[in-house]
Amino acid sequence: MNKTINLKSIQDLLKSYILYFAFIIIFVIFSVLNKNFLSVNNVLNIIVQSSIIAIIAVGQTMVILSSGIDLSVGSIVGAVGIGIGLLMIAGVSIPVVVLVGVLMGSLIGLFNGVIISYGRVPSFIATLGMMGIARGFGLALNEGKPVAGLPMEFEKIASTSLGGIPSFVFYSIIIYLIMYVVLERTKFGRYIYAIGGNRDAARLSGVKVKFIETLVYGFSGLFAGLGSVLLTARLNYATPVAGTGYELDTIAAVVIGGTALSGGQGKIVGTLVGALMLGILRNGLTILNVSSFFQQIIIGLVIIIAVFADNLNEKKNS
Amino acid sequence: MSDYLVEMKKISKEFSGVWVLQDVDLSLKKGEAHVLLGENGAGKSTLIKILSGAYSKTSGEIYINGELAVINNPSDAFEYKIGVIYQEFNLNTYMPIYENMFLGKEYSNPLGLIDRRRCIAEAQKALARVGLEISAKRLVKTLSVAQMQLVEIAKALMSNVQILVFDEPTATLTENEIKKLFQIIQELKANGVGIIYISHRMKELKEIGDRCTVLRDGKYIDTVNLNEVEDCDLIHMMVGRNVEFEKRTSHYANNDEVLRVEEMQYAGLLKDISFTLRRGEILGVAGLVGSGRTEMAKCIIGEYKANSGDIYIKGKKTKIKDPCDAIKNGIVYLSEDRKNEGLTLKHDVKTNATLPGLDKCIHRGLISLNKEKDCANQLVNQFNIKTSSLNMLIKYLSGGNQQKVVIAKWVYKGADIYIFDEPTRGIDVGARQEIYNIIDSLVKEGASIIMISSDLVEVIKMSDRVLVMNQGTISGCLENDINLCQETILNYAIGR
Repeated sequence: MNKTINLKSIQDLLKSYILYFAFIIIFVIFSVLNKNFLSVNNVLNIIVQSSIIAIIAVGQTMVILSSGIDLSVGSIVGAVGIGIGLLMIAGVSIPVVVLVGVLMGSLIGLFNGVIISYGRVPSFIATLGMMGIARGFGLALNEGKPVAGLPMEFEKIASTSLGGIPSFVFYSIIIYLIMYVVLERTKFGRYIYAIGGNRDAARLSGVKVKFIETLVYGFSGLFAGLGSVLLTARLNYATPVAGTGYELDTIAAVVIGGTALSGGQGKIVGTLVGALMLGILRNGLTILNVSSFFQQIIIGLVIIIAVFADNLNEKKNS
Repeated sequence: MSDYLVEMKKISKEFSGVWVLQDVDLSLKKGEAHVLLGENGAGKSTLIKILSGAYSKTSGEIYINGELAVINNPSDAFEYKIGVIYQEFNLNTYMPIYENMFLGKEYSNPLGLIDRRRCIAEAQKALARVGLEISAKRLVKTLSVAQMQLVEIAKALMSNVQILVFDEPTATLTENEIKKLFQIIQELKANGVGIIYISHRMKELKEIGDRCTVLRDGKYIDTVNLNEVEDCDLIHMMVGRNVEFEKRTSHYANNDEVLRVEEMQYAGLLKDISFTLRRGEILGVAGLVGSGRTEMAKCIIGEYKANSGDIYIKGKKTKIKDPCDAIKNGIVYLSEDRKNEGLTLKHDVKTNATLPGLDKCIHRGLISLNKEKDCANQLVNQFNIKTSSLNMLIKYLSGGNQQKVVIAKWVYKGADIYIFDEPTRGIDVGARQEIYNIIDSLVKEGASIIMISSDLVEVIKMSDRVLVMNQGTISGCLENDINLCQETILNYAIGR
């Protein structure tokens, strides 16, 4: 009795009871199959591994809520990484580098947004183009070579921990808290939902659709830039092919998290769970010695099943 | 063999509890042109869609050549040799004419490939039958509207139709093109094809039609021989002789001008639109579908960009560049299309109701969820919106309650000028009266209203003055005094 009530309230929170349930099941299965899985170290490791995708997926969530898509985030990670790597080699101070990285991502995102909303190019096409442009830019910046020998201080961004809990956990929590408030409690957030729900109705209701949309892609670029800074710090070197496939991972996290690709429906908390779910699957399957080939198959199936279950859920409700 | 090609008997159609057709009869003789007449929403299109298999009837029988016919889908209708030329053409504009004409029934050669040469030759012959002397290999998108229509007719003739329905065929044609179309219709009649012809244009009817069936509010009124009837009688039949209604008794209009539109032009759709709106006034806008009423409203709020013309708000010349601007200037538009332009169906009542006026729920930069809930609750009570909770999704509400949410969200935002576009379309009688009361209370509090409506009873009931539009112009601006009747408005609307 108590349990159903508890689950129900969580359902409201996550807007997806099945997602939560699946998350628990997968977690329990891995814990039973391998005792190392549930160790504190491994759980923290999962969170750290998932947090970069989780952070970039925040921007992807905003884009998908506005009924768009951003395929360029992975390439932005690559380009920004090389950019800040070169700056650090040139001796620019760490705080400035971090700022420039985030700014660089935001600018690429804003450029996407302008092309999409004012230029009326479909988001799929515009960001597909930017996916190539940003990747090529990252490669051209240092002739395709990685940048190594970054200052030790920079690496501390990733390696610091507080009370045994790695810094990435705090970054993720802070970003999700802030963006939860932005999406749920500000006009900007509400307008994103309105645009994704019904663009025409939103415009006729006085929402500055193009402006808001441009900002949304700007945010997506911002989080990709931030993700790149964190990734570069963690690896302690920058490579132009960093972030390859991140666009698909972030879209997967958003979709598993119950956000509809048609826009206007979904919760950012779902995306966090979706990103963690991907992390758990990869980590758990690796611990169980499942080959990376089969991992891909299983993760692919999970994405399809998640959306399928979501559809069933929706049908049942109506 | 029966005298009649088609007999539709006691046809009824229900859409989720609303009867859009009730016991309607229609009969069509060989070689006859039968006009189907009625106001917007009288049920003409529904009747035709039942005949063509696009809708299934709720009850009634259809006889073709005296035999009971079962028409459940468009391919059944095709078997019975029924063709329909809709206003919106079913042509793929990026395909050549002949491919469109043979889509799904291409000739093939012994290899199983499409016999292109034969298709083109046959298509060319069919085009010649309707007097269209262009190559069948041309892309459809290079054709004029009239030519596309002829392609549709040729396509229908190719399948030897016995019954051909035209849905407002002349709406987009020029005088010469209409003449040509009528010639073709005469030839078809001579060949024994039965024609069902839907049109609003009175002067055409007698030129082309033999008999005429009048529908009103989904009900069968009468079938008459067109050469035995006067225009005014037809109009009487369309609008109904004894409509009982009470005019609004209290008036709040005073002489302060709140809005003046001067010589507004938009594309080919609006010409020389000039009018004024006074404080506390309800200005009815009547006119047939396609007369430019919605376009006028959208030009005023900046959703469409007028080519020329000026807008004065409270005497001050104002440039409105988008809907957001209009709202800032106190003009709001309540669309006729609730589902696509008025509401977000997949969001709940609360979110929809507070969207334009969200500023009022902001507390220290954030939306106060409590305040939002209180406001939404108050709106639900004030407008008597029947919903199980504030979190109910809009799509599960009835049409009347959806409309009340649309009104609620704009009243919550607050405006000086409300433009209602078909405020009671698809709404039952009870909710309709509630909406009238809301409109009345708005003007009482000093707002001004432009009310676009196809329902003439509603226009006469509510308006202080009535603008009548015809083909993109204002054909009349009438004081709603005791003498104003539906016939007068309709006369201006059809441009007689």
